[in-house]
Amino acid sequence: MTSVRKEKYGKINRGKVLGFTWDNKEYFGYEGDSLASALLANNINIVGRSFKYHRPRGVMSCGVEESGALVTIGSGSKIDPNVRATTQELYSGLNAKGQNAFPSVNFDFGGVNNYLGRFFAAGFYYKTFMGLPPFEWGKGTGIWMVFEKIIRKAAGMGKASREPDPDSYEHANDFCDVLVVGSGPAGIAAAQEVANKNLDVILIEQDSLLGGNSLSKKEFDATLLHNELKSSGVRVMSRTTAFGVYDNTVVGALERVTDHLPNPDVKLPRQRFWTIRAKHIILASGALERHVAFNNNDVPGAMTVNASRQYLNRYGVLTGNNIVISTNNDSVYQTAVELHEAGSKVTILDSRENINHDLPKEINLHLNTLPFNINGRKKIDGIDVCKTKDLSKKNTIICDQVLISGGWSPIVNLISHRGIKPVWNQENLCFTPGDIKENISVVGSAKGIWNERDCVESGLIGANEAMNTLGIHKKEISFPSAGGWSNPIEPLFEVKSNKFPSKSFVDFQHDVTAEDVRLAHREGFISVEHLKRYTTLGMANDQGKMGNIIGLSLMAEQLDKTIPEVGTTVFRPPYTPVPIGALTGRNVGKHFRPLRVTPMHQWNIDHGAKMIEVGLYQRPWYYPKKNETLSDSYIRETTIVRKTVGICDVTSLGKIAIQGPDATEFVNRIYTNLFAKLPIGKARYGIMLRDDGIVMDDGTSWRLGENEYFMTTSTAAAAKVMSWLEELLQTRWTDLKVNVTSVSEQWAGAAIAGPKSRDVLNECVLDPSEITKENLPFMGILQTKLKDDTPCRIVRISFSGELAYEMYIESDYAHGMMDILWQSAQKYDGCLYGLEALGALRVEKGHVTAAELDGRVTIDDAGLGKMASTKKSYIGSAMRKRGVLIADDREMLVGFFPINEKETFNAGTIVCEKNNIQGSGIGRITSVTHSPELGHWIGIGFVKGGLEKWKEITLVGADPVRNKQMEIKVVSPHMIDPEGKRMYA
Amino acid sequence: MSGALVLIQSCTVDMIRIKCPYCGERDHSEFTYGGDASIKYPALDAPESEWTKAIFFRENIRGMQKETWHHTNGCRLWLEVERSTITHEIKSVKACHPQIEKITKSKS
Ligand SMILES: [Zn+2]
Repeated sequence: MTSVRKEKYGKINRGKVLGFTWDNKEYFGYEGDSLASALLANNINIVGRSFKYHRPRGVMSCGVEESGALVTIGSGSKIDPNVRATTQELYSGLNAKGQNAFPSVNFDFGGVNNYLGRFFAAGFYYKTFMGLPPFEWGKGTGIWMVFEKIIRKAAGMGKASREPDPDSYEHANDFCDVLVVGSGPAGIAAAQEVANKNLDVILIEQDSLLGGNSLSKKEFDATLLHNELKSSGVRVMSRTTAFGVYDNTVVGALERVTDHLPNPDVKLPRQRFWTIRAKHIILASGALERHVAFNNNDVPGAMTVNASRQYLNRYGVLTGNNIVISTNNDSVYQTAVELHEAGSKVTILDSRENINHDLPKEINLHLNTLPFNINGRKKIDGIDVCKTKDLSKKNTIICDQVLISGGWSPIVNLISHRGIKPVWNQENLCFTPGDIKENISVVGSAKGIWNERDCVESGLIGANEAMNTLGIHKKEISFPSAGGWSNPIEPLFEVKSNKFPSKSFVDFQHDVTAEDVRLAHREGFISVEHLKRYTTLGMANDQGKMGNIIGLSLMAEQLDKTIPEVGTTVFRPPYTPVPIGALTGRNVGKHFRPLRVTPMHQWNIDHGAKMIEVGLYQRPWYYPKKNETLSDSYIRETTIVRKTVGICDVTSLGKIAIQGPDATEFVNRIYTNLFAKLPIGKARYGIMLRDDGIVMDDGTSWRLGENEYFMTTSTAAAAKVMSWLEELLQTRWTDLKVNVTSVSEQWAGAAIAGPKSRDVLNECVLDPSEITKENLPFMGILQTKLKDDTPCRIVRISFSGELAYEMYIESDYAHGMMDILWQSAQKYDGCLYGLEALGALRVEKGHVTAAELDGRVTIDDAGLGKMASTKKSYIGSAMRKRGVLIADDREMLVGFFPINEKETFNAGTIVCEKNNIQGSGIGRITSVTHSPELGHWIGIGFVKGGLEKWKEITLVGADPVRNKQMEIKVVSPHMIDPEGKRMYA
Repeated sequence: MSGALVLIQSCTVDMIRIKCPYCGERDHSEFTYGGDASIKYPALDAPESEWTKAIFFRENIRGMQKETWHHTNGCRLWLEVERSTITHEIKSVKACHPQIEKITKSKS
């Protein structure tokens, strides 16, 4: 085909010339061009290679349904594959390339696939998986592995970048009374009518210009329309696609903010992901022109009829010199006349017997005539045509372009997202929206209404329906009926070829042919959903916008059924592709999730801490000296804590204030152990169960007063425990007079652990006489003042197994507390220790954390059964003794030693019997560390039957992930100071 | 799960709005789903059989269902919401605690 720019045509700005690059060569277009129109204006007709057969493809449409002109834009990290050239606005410096071709779309080695067609027919992938003759020797996945790489390379779409996306994206929300989708005649009429009633209206248009199909008219001014709408108060969002309609009249929309700009402002996001909540939605999404399946219907130069009209009147590009138009309906005749007036030779093939149209005598009209085969490969040389009644009676017409119209399909996708099945309209041969019970109206050609006057009328009625919803008035609603052509459309979906295998394409993007559909039928895939998956019909990124109806009609024919009996596949969001970047919005990098720091974060960093993420928290991991590694550092820190004293930031623990006259009763019900008799001034370690008897969390509660407790929870379960306490008080025990308040942010905490911790504390508080063994015994609490006069809370509690305390202070004073503690600790050759040393200390003592309390463990499994009171009922007490939870082979908490003390192991290691290393074994190691005190690696974890069963037996620690096995033995989890002499010192 | 992950997995958008009696109408992303609000939990000293029924035997309702939602990123009230499991339509919202109005009013 020869496409040329036409003077005096189009809505482009010829005053502004834009340079762009196509396959590394420079070309020019104008402001207002799409990439497709600019390529056509430069007479570039091969713009892509097809998915499987690598057939040359050209521009086939003028919009989102494009199946041929899929290109790659940009380079490096800014590369964007599978862009529809038809919807990409041209900008200065745009760099586009053909894809799925080597070395270029014009000359592509992959074209050889075209001749290997039989291997690439429908179901190829499935059959290769299963072993297909003549490849039986390589049955199944073996052969798949061989071919997979080759096929993946040969079949496919463009390539994405491997680099991080440098663009930014935003999420945004909006609200309105009425949301109108589409700015064709129906949408415009609806929006204006509603805006005139002073309602808040948003109009969404995917195109850069308003007007919808009015843009294909010669006399149409989109700017004028835009201004009119704005002055009537409509909020217009162009370059925005409504990709999905959801429950409660919510619409998801993607706004392309800078995709059309050469050098966008860096402050602008590339795209915005909108959630728009309307009270009523009016869908005026229009209709798409269909193709017809016949042999070689994909040769570059084959295009829909209306697309050619758009290129002429919107972009000033005449797409062919000698054009054949094939149709079964009236919509093409205006185009034929305009193409003729623009200087092309025009021939019309109409499949119908009688039609009534006045045409200039230069236009040849052949009635009862079908397209049979396009001649040519990279360009059209002519078309073989035949008679409706006699396919063998053929005749060749020389031409350079074939325009096709097989009828129109209303865009019912958006309303189908609501689960409303489209209904087949036999008179107009299309699916129209089914009955809608929600506050949504469908208007215009999206409803199958073809003539403009009726479209406008339907828009006004849609507006009235919206006003009914909003209670403005109560009017009877009656839409104009579908259709509107003077000569009825007649079915024309496929013209069967006498060649085999024929290349009559149904789905151009995925190279699905009419033959593939029949093959699927022969092989038993007769449900439309199976047909879709077996042939991949409608699964490309156009989601079957062009091919679905043809595919359905072919299946209906095979089954001897009607199209409505065969039904259609389910449409799901998104209507057009939505980039992953837009879905994630700003939630990337550091903003992927919130970051929490403790009040002494800066203090920790200033004192050399290396940080680690624990949930959302940044916590000190270790405090290396000079060239120390992690392991050097934590072994040193652990050793110093056991020898003298160490200080550790424990602020991330959850803290909850429990207050009220029933506070004691409440605390007593949620913990397994007795709290009713806890005296004021004492704390207690407690375990909480879930309703089903499994351990939820462990922590401490301090009785500060008659009706006041201070609870600490684990870091991991802090939020969960808080919600749980609120749930109990608000939904179950509404008679209890208790208030719970999260004070996690209000209190900063530090652990002071080691034999010298008492001496350190003595120097830190205002009155040293308070910190004595008698005045502050194990689990005693003290509300006192630091030596700089700031109030603090101290509890004598130990996670490390040493003499230890935790001190809490109002968060604003955290740095001061750390300064005082650290100053004192240094005098005793103490250290700061991080999470790694904290872990080592607690593993040596067999103390459990979230790694052990993983939602499968009972209080008995954790070896804490003596903390389950038999004197009271509490949450979980009824369920913790149910059968499965008290079985003999429960996994019980134990310690692990390597037999060879030089060996190390990892958390996650599976514990197996020596001669039975398989499956999930008899247990698992959950936490490991090097123990400086014992001089080798140790672990804790679980084993079926516990210590008693496996004592003195050599087991195997299997670590298949790291391909490692080693001999281990089971020991008591309390590996250091089991009697607790140090802790109670 | 982060909101972004939900979006990526389902290309879906926040479509539930809950009218919290204390805060007003808010996006459901501020709330955490609790569970079946019609369950009457037995007394703590009730036998295992009663607890088993309450914990493990649940209806899978198609239609209006009473459920609890926690206004986690708001006032922290636990709410009883009547929601259609088919359309997400919300028929009613009230605080789970029967005397909540009395309690909040006496504060101010
Ligand atoms: Zn609230």
